[in-house]
Amino acid sequence: MKEFISLVRRDLRLARREGGAITTALGFYLIVVAILPLGLGPDLNLLSRIAPGVLWVALLLAALLSADRIFHNDLEDGSLEVIALGPLPLELVVAAKSLAHWISIGIPLAIAAPVLALLLNLPGDAFWVLFLTMMTGTPALSFLGAIGAALTLGLRRGGQLLSLLILPLYVPVLIFGVAAMNAVITGPAPFLSSYLILLALTLATLVLAPIAAAAALRLNLQ
Amino acid sequence: MTEVQGTFNRLANPTRFLALSGAVLPWLTGLTVALLLVGLYLAFFVAPEDYLQGQTVKIMYIHVPFAWIAMMGYSVITVASIGSLIWRHPLADVAAKAAAPIGACFTLLALVTGSLWGKPMWGTYWVWDARLTSVLLLLFLYLGLMALWQAIEEPSRAGRAAAILALVGSVNIPVIKFSVDWWNTLHQPASVARLDGPAIHPSILLPLLVMAAAFTFLFFVLHLMAMRTEILRRRVQVLRLTQVAAAGSVTGARA
Repeated sequence: MKEFISLVRRDLRLARREGGAITTALGFYLIVVAILPLGLGPDLNLLSRIAPGVLWVALLLAALLSADRIFHNDLEDGSLEVIALGPLPLELVVAAKSLAHWISIGIPLAIAAPVLALLLNLPGDAFWVLFLTMMTGTPALSFLGAIGAALTLGLRRGGQLLSLLILPLYVPVLIFGVAAMNAVITGPAPFLSSYLILLALTLATLVLAPIAAAAALRLNLQ
Repeated sequence: MTEVQGTFNRLANPTRFLALSGAVLPWLTGLTVALLLVGLYLAFFVAPEDYLQGQTVKIMYIHVPFAWIAMMGYSVITVASIGSLIWRHPLADVAAKAAAPIGACFTLLALVTGSLWGKPMWGTYWVWDARLTSVLLLLFLYLGLMALWQAIEEPSRAGRAAAILALVGSVNIPVIKFSVDWWNTLHQPASVARLDGPAIHPSILLPLLVMAAAFTFLFFVLHLMAMRTEILRRRVQVLRLTQVAAAGSVTGARA
């Protein structure tokens, strides 16, 4: 457990000192959300109707953008092999690095989402649901992203391949995240049923994704 | 040099596979052609026209088998991936790799025939309906597998990476299916494989089942052929490597 926490703290410290990843992700999120009204026209009724979907899709893309960094830098400077040889099982290494990715990327994106929702005229009572569903869904995005990052580690076109591999796996999170928000905005479906499934998806991902990602890492570290 | 020998040793078993599949393939091909002819005859000349859909209903006889085989193809990949991850069997790698493009083709054909049927019946080529969306995502999973196979050069490494991805996808397919089922659905529900027996008339069911059998055999004929091609391709590559190695050692001895 001590190793787990120290690995999370190491990754967070690295993310804070390097900086780049979170500014890129936040800037990307802002631009995707801002560019859609430019294409769709400034009709506020239309924008508020599609706001949940737009915010979620842009969040998926922004989270995906930084997912290939989860293992990349550690592979380049060799620290990934040292960590893999250490006392912590590789599954927990993956979990720690995904957790650090969620804290450094997922949480800031979820916090930024309500601000961006203002641009899209999201109905007032949906802001808390937006934040809540995104805080619930983003861990699944980080952990699924770790599978893709581990599979494409060290490949030349890894980043592009990652999006093809991982976006189909993001679909259930997207559907239930948007469904939970629409349940509050327009009804009549109950909020709780969609939200609980979203929660279940995240919990299942937290358990299963590290196993798959660790298997892929073992393969790539041989 | 030992690596090359090791590769030859591992190909010992595929040799038996080549002999066996070579003996079976002509019979299987003949059976497929016969079933296809019978099925097409039944579908086009015996099966009744639908009083609402007219001749368009005939698309169903190829569309439904395509969709079934699209899912069966992924099941074949899943089973082969388990074999490749647990037993590290090279033949399982080959089976998984060969099944992906065929499965992707059947998935694409199911989508195309479905939308050709949808235009006159639903008035649109495409709707964002649960069934269509989940099949489209199945196509993306196939494409992801094929892209991963192409991105990693070393076959055994590519095989295991693709196997991991295939298993992750196989966990995800029911979840995708279940999640998109929550949307409003236009596509008709399952009517053949039901607990209380098929809900369609035997005059339609029989041609459909014959066509399904024909396309299942077609899948396995194509799959066996693709596996043989893949094995031979790997052998050619190993032979070339040995030739290059031999040439290198000869020039090295001269110098």
